[in-house]
Amino acid sequence: MTNSETVAATGPLSTGSSTTRVIGILALIAMGALLLFGLWLSPDDVNQGDAVRILYIHVPSATIAYIGCALTTIGSVLYLWRRSQWWELTAYASAEIAAVFTAITLVTGMLWGRPTWGVYWVWDARLTTTAMLMLLLLGYLALRRLPADYDVRAKRSAIVGLLLFPNVIIVRQSVQWWNTLHQKPTLFANGLGARIEGLMLFTLFIGFIAIGLTFVWLLIHRFRVAYLAEQLEKEDLDRAIADRRAEGIVR
Amino acid sequence: MMWRSARLIAGKDLRLEWRSRVGMNQVLPFAAVVLVMFAFALNPDSDLLQKATPGLFWVSVLFLALTTVGRTFSIESSEGISDSIRLSGLEPSGFFLGKVISIGVQLLILEVLLGIGVTVLYRASPAEWPLLLSTVGVATVGIAAAGTLYGMVAVSLRVRETILPLLLLPVLTPVLIGSTRAFEAAINETPADGWPWIGLMAVFSFVYVAAGIFGFGALMEDS
Repeated sequence: MTNSETVAATGPLSTGSSTTRVIGILALIAMGALLLFGLWLSPDDVNQGDAVRILYIHVPSATIAYIGCALTTIGSVLYLWRRSQWWELTAYASAEIAAVFTAITLVTGMLWGRPTWGVYWVWDARLTTTAMLMLLLLGYLALRRLPADYDVRAKRSAIVGLLLFPNVIIVRQSVQWWNTLHQKPTLFANGLGARIEGLMLFTLFIGFIAIGLTFVWLLIHRFRVAYLAEQLEKEDLDRAIADRRAEGIVR
Repeated sequence: MMWRSARLIAGKDLRLEWRSRVGMNQVLPFAAVVLVMFAFALNPDSDLLQKATPGLFWVSVLFLALTTVGRTFSIESSEGISDSIRLSGLEPSGFFLGKVISIGVQLLILEVLLGIGVTVLYRASPAEWPLLLSTVGVATVGIAAAGTLYGMVAVSLRVRETILPLLLLPVLTPVLIGSTRAFEAAINETPADGWPWIGLMAVFSFVYVAAGIFGFGALMEDS
């Protein structure tokens, strides 16, 4: 049996390819650079001290979480429009990874908030919106993972995915007004402003590259796993039907 | 055609509701229970309950909306009904609007009765009627539209009762915030603070009605 036949019989042995390997290695290098710059080379902040270093992970994670959420909406729209499984699986994979980065954003945000503001949580517009984004993503994922026919799951979660980003925008608008009416805003006034410069800005830039590459790497792998899982489900059904038929012939 | 379908569906649902009397015998008493429970949780003799009235009112409405949406779609989930609806030639958009109307009408009735309840039990003093009524109107459309869309997403799934609140409640955050703030503005007699919220909720309602009208066809294909 040649190598290609083995692959055909058992399916690919990993979800890696030369593209993902290159992206993965670049992501690792960027992470290494982020550690070096974030923890050693970049200076302390005048107001926040060492706590500012959390932001090199926090800010890129938040950005990627929102990009992932937007990608889910785009994928859902294109699935409903073109009925392409490719986009549906992209939307799903993207939502799952966005949920992970949203969780990272919330946790790092709280860890940063404690030394900086003295509390883990404030009902600030950005925090509240991100928490709501997490809940919306969890709803989408819960629906997408239900044990049901692929078409049923895909179509219904695509409707929820379609509204994911519009929801985030409306929620953000509402909590922003809610805040400005009831609480003095701009807790971020001494956080990320125009003042950020030099080595700190460069470190943040490395953070964006490292987290961005990680997102792409995870997305490709997750997409392939999701695709294989759907193929397997289809194949299992075919095999079960073939088995039952074979039983009938023997008797 | 769309409106005719809507009228038929809304009429059918409201007739069913009226004849089964479930709303009157179970949902309304449940609303009363919620009002009393809130009073137990927040000492009614302090002014805490009065201050929290707008929020409590709208949280109760959201709970009641969950049961109303769940009931409206449990009618459609018995064996064979979805096929019959598909074969009936009803417009999906009309089906959606009909459900929105029937849920909206039921919610409006519940809101009026809840409003009387909080006025009497929590000693709330309603003022600024144009703002109050606009809030009730636009919030109800938003809740009914989003409820119908997500109700249809969850219909005929085995986990319907648990997934509907998870999907629907976070989505309704803007309506909860908006309606609560608008009510507060009305009660405090500062209506200028309330009107922007009406605008926000109108945008929300528009998004959901539009999404329902265009997206309902896909949901009805295989439910």
